[in-house]
Amino acid sequence: MPYDWGLPIAASTFAADIDRLYYMILVITGIAFVIVEVAIVWFLIKYRARPGRKAYYTHGSAKAEVIWTAVPAVVVVGLGILSASVWSHIRGRDSVPPNALPIALEAKQFEWNATYPGADGELGTGDDFTMRNLLQIPVNQPVVVHLTSEDVIHSFFVPEFRVKHDAVPGMEARVWFEATMTGEFSIACAELCGLGHYRMAARVVVQDQAEYDQWLAEQAANQTVASR
Amino acid sequence: MAHAAVMQPPASAETGAGVYNEKLGMWVFLGSEVMFFTALIGSYIILRFAQPQAWAAPGQILNIPVTGVNTFLLICSSVTMVKAFAAAQDGDQRMLKAWLLATVLIGATFVSIQVYEYLVLAHEGFLPSGYVAGSHLAEVADGGAAYKGGAALPESVGLYGSTFYTMTSFHGFHVTMGVLCMIFVTVKAFRGGYTAEDHRGVEVIGLYWHFVDLVWIVLFTIVYLI
Amino acid sequence: MATTAAAFDHVAHAHADTRSFIRRYIFSTDHKIIGIQFLIMSLFFLLVGGTLAIMMRWQLGFPGEAFPGGGVLPETMAPDGVLLPEFYNSLVTMHGTFMVFFAIMPLLVGVYANFLIPLKIGAPDMAFPRLNMVSFWVAMPAGLIMMAGFLVEGGAAGAGWTMYAPLSANPEYSGVSGGQILWCVSIAVLGLSSILGSTNYITTIINMRAPGMTWFRMPLSIWSLFITAILTILAIPILSGAAIMLLFDQLIGTHFFLPPDGGQPLLWQHLFWFFGHPEVYILILPAMGMVSDIIANGSRKPIFGYHSMVYAMIGIGFLGWIVWGHHMFQSGMNPTLGMSFMISTMLIAVPSAIKTFNWLGTMWRGSIRFHVPMLNAVAFVAMFVIGGLSGVFMASTPVDIQIHDTYFIVAHLHYVLFGGSLFALFGAITFWYPKMFGRMMSEFWGKVHFVLTFIFYNLTFFPMHQIGLGGHMRRIYDPTEYEFLLPLQGLNRFITISAILLFATQTIFALNFIISWFRGKKAPDNPWEDTGVEWSTPSPAPHGNFPTTPTVHHGPYEFSSPLVEEDYLMQDRRVSKPATPAAS
Repeated sequence: MPYDWGLPIAASTFAADIDRLYYMILVITGIAFVIVEVAIVWFLIKYRARPGRKAYYTHGSAKAEVIWTAVPAVVVVGLGILSASVWSHIRGRDSVPPNALPIALEAKQFEWNATYPGADGELGTGDDFTMRNLLQIPVNQPVVVHLTSEDVIHSFFVPEFRVKHDAVPGMEARVWFEATMTGEFSIACAELCGLGHYRMAARVVVQDQAEYDQWLAEQAANQTVASR
Repeated sequence: MAHAAVMQPPASAETGAGVYNEKLGMWVFLGSEVMFFTALIGSYIILRFAQPQAWAAPGQILNIPVTGVNTFLLICSSVTMVKAFAAAQDGDQRMLKAWLLATVLIGATFVSIQVYEYLVLAHEGFLPSGYVAGSHLAEVADGGAAYKGGAALPESVGLYGSTFYTMTSFHGFHVTMGVLCMIFVTVKAFRGGYTAEDHRGVEVIGLYWHFVDLVWIVLFTIVYLI
Repeated sequence: MATTAAAFDHVAHAHADTRSFIRRYIFSTDHKIIGIQFLIMSLFFLLVGGTLAIMMRWQLGFPGEAFPGGGVLPETMAPDGVLLPEFYNSLVTMHGTFMVFFAIMPLLVGVYANFLIPLKIGAPDMAFPRLNMVSFWVAMPAGLIMMAGFLVEGGAAGAGWTMYAPLSANPEYSGVSGGQILWCVSIAVLGLSSILGSTNYITTIINMRAPGMTWFRMPLSIWSLFITAILTILAIPILSGAAIMLLFDQLIGTHFFLPPDGGQPLLWQHLFWFFGHPEVYILILPAMGMVSDIIANGSRKPIFGYHSMVYAMIGIGFLGWIVWGHHMFQSGMNPTLGMSFMISTMLIAVPSAIKTFNWLGTMWRGSIRFHVPMLNAVAFVAMFVIGGLSGVFMASTPVDIQIHDTYFIVAHLHYVLFGGSLFALFGAITFWYPKMFGRMMSEFWGKVHFVLTFIFYNLTFFPMHQIGLGGHMRRIYDPTEYEFLLPLQGLNRFITISAILLFATQTIFALNFIISWFRGKKAPDNPWEDTGVEWSTPSPAPHGNFPTTPTVHHGPYEFSSPLVEEDYLMQDRRVSKPATPAAS
């Protein structure tokens, strides 16, 4: 995948929302950045010390200060409100789509174990099966990951999905997302978790629903064979 | 510490807080002590709310009567401290020495009783890590008497010992430091170091002493009684 | 310390001083000597932290290749010079720890609170000189205890400077036992030093100001150090308490942060960041204060909006207590709580903006002198703006999902801590060097150092934003393990080379610092034509600071005042006409 000097490709439904927010903040902070840096350079040149000139003696201007207090305040509160709506869509209470496919993902030093619900679509039943370091999901189907950790804190991170959530031992987090393109991505651990932190990678494989169903059936068959 | 050869400004300084340096410094220091105990007590509250089943019923494991007497002693030592300060204000050297000595002795007794309490608890099987398997207190706890819900001890039961020992030992450490400073002040008092005009050391150590006393009342309530 | 003696010999002549060598330079109660002791200590730890960073960068840029000269490291760290993952984790942890706790914090607070407070408020010394001495001689062993981590079996602490439990609480998880324990002990000991120091600073500022030095005639540097001391006194004990609980988890079997036994990993994070965010402001407020002094001096103008500068700092100090949750947006903390932390965090941009624009306002229509302190102070503003603006990305919770725990954060915090605090410190060291040592640092080499540092600094840290956006996680030993990070490896290599050059550039500063101590131009009393009270006493300031207690007549930044011929009016200079108030 070529590197395009920005965010990685967006491969989930809310990735676009996050990216839009990112670019909006980039533009706003970019403007502030240019204003300040240009002013610094301009003042340094224009008001450099020259013989016979004394600085303008002033202690400030209440009007100017009110302006540069109020404008940033309005802008950041506006950004906060915009962020809040995206945030509640992603993480808010009841934000997990009801039809989401549950997959349990347990992190441990230094691997990811994904438990799939099997044919009945429910976790905790007899047809569940577990894959090491492989998260296989259907495209255009919300998935809710039941995220746990066996030992220390890890962090479930898939850059292309704009998904990141800590896996904290003793807690279960529900992390949902919906992939919008098929292909292979990486799960990375984003929280320092010990010696093998740097190689705690896993594959995410996104397939068409049909392919996924077929894979599921194969796995189910394997499971039955194994259990006999 | 209150007795460093303090360099006062040679001329009258800009109006400060209206209290002398040592006293102001002690107030500031106590501010940081408040935050320290806030961290400990706050953690205690969070852990206990999350795992209420890990705490034994009051009085089952910890000996409330003995610690109650100890609490009473510590409150008495605050009274003797107040008396010592009053004597210092009056310039009554004899009573100053007597009350300071009483405060030192009561403080030392408090620490001794706390050490005794630890030794008994440890001997009977209650440690910072939890109950010692097969010990007397483990049986008391396991017998269902101490914990709601019956026989099986919850996995998180060790938190009880963890928080108990950490909080009380830190308080005990503070009392010990207080006693050491108080011995210093007492020795100085015996050498006639305090007058009716200048008895800063007595007042400053008194502030610390009352603070430590106050913290204990909070700790006694939340660790032993609730 | 023998070197100190050489530079200070002539002080002894100026001021009859009968103290022995040890009392004067080693167990000294003189706030200036203690400031210099802190300066030497923290510059040493800055060097240590920098060295660790270079090793880390080497591994990131050239994974698996032998570190040049790394052959001298023992087998347990780097066999044949190739860094081991466990050693890399120690490097990450110790770099953060040394830089935050033993370099930047003591440089700002230990050095400049000690050195500047009495001199700038017109006091002969601190309120508690002996306590001050103790605070240095407690901080020093704390640093040595931290260093000792590298010598014990299992190596230094390796759970990151944030010490997230349970990784940090159980040696089975991290593979480090002794180092973790030493970390907790060292931090608790250092905490004592900070608390003693801050008690002293607060008492001194409240009670020992010279006549006429009212609250609103105090220079902004003193205001910032005052607010910092209050934050320190309230925040540090939280860390001490948490560190002791972490220590007990390892030593006596308690279960505070160990989930199998009911402990709570998030409790550690809440405690750590409840301390940690005020700590962030402890690390930047003094820099802001000193930069304000220097920019007013360099622009030859009163600071623009003095009062709002003070209120902005107080505002930052208050807000600092209610934003700690923004470090934990992705930790599983309640998302609704995350939302309120987002709003409070966004609000911090407001006082920061006020300060930035007021610095610009100060330069506006000034008569700007390009001395080395001014160059560094302006660089502080320019870089702090980048660090502040990149903070807005993290404050927005959805965007934070992508950049949390990536190099974007690393870039952000280095823009604030290096681009901010360290540039301010280069400025401050140069500015007050004459008052400390009686000699000037070389202007030419100061400028060379500034230009090179500015360039290499930006080449090092700016690209980190890019690799962070690409998803490059923090604290990973080998980025080439991930396919999606492979395209970033070129940038990683570029950053490493820039970092090495940046590190090498600091040699210029070190040499300038050391050589000027002996060979520098003798400094006049007021080399920068500044208005502060400290410049009316000889350079270096004698024992007891002032021959007679100064009386303050003016606000702190009366540059280009129409009352006098020169373009600066010192705070303790009486003029016949009544002076205008400090600010409108």
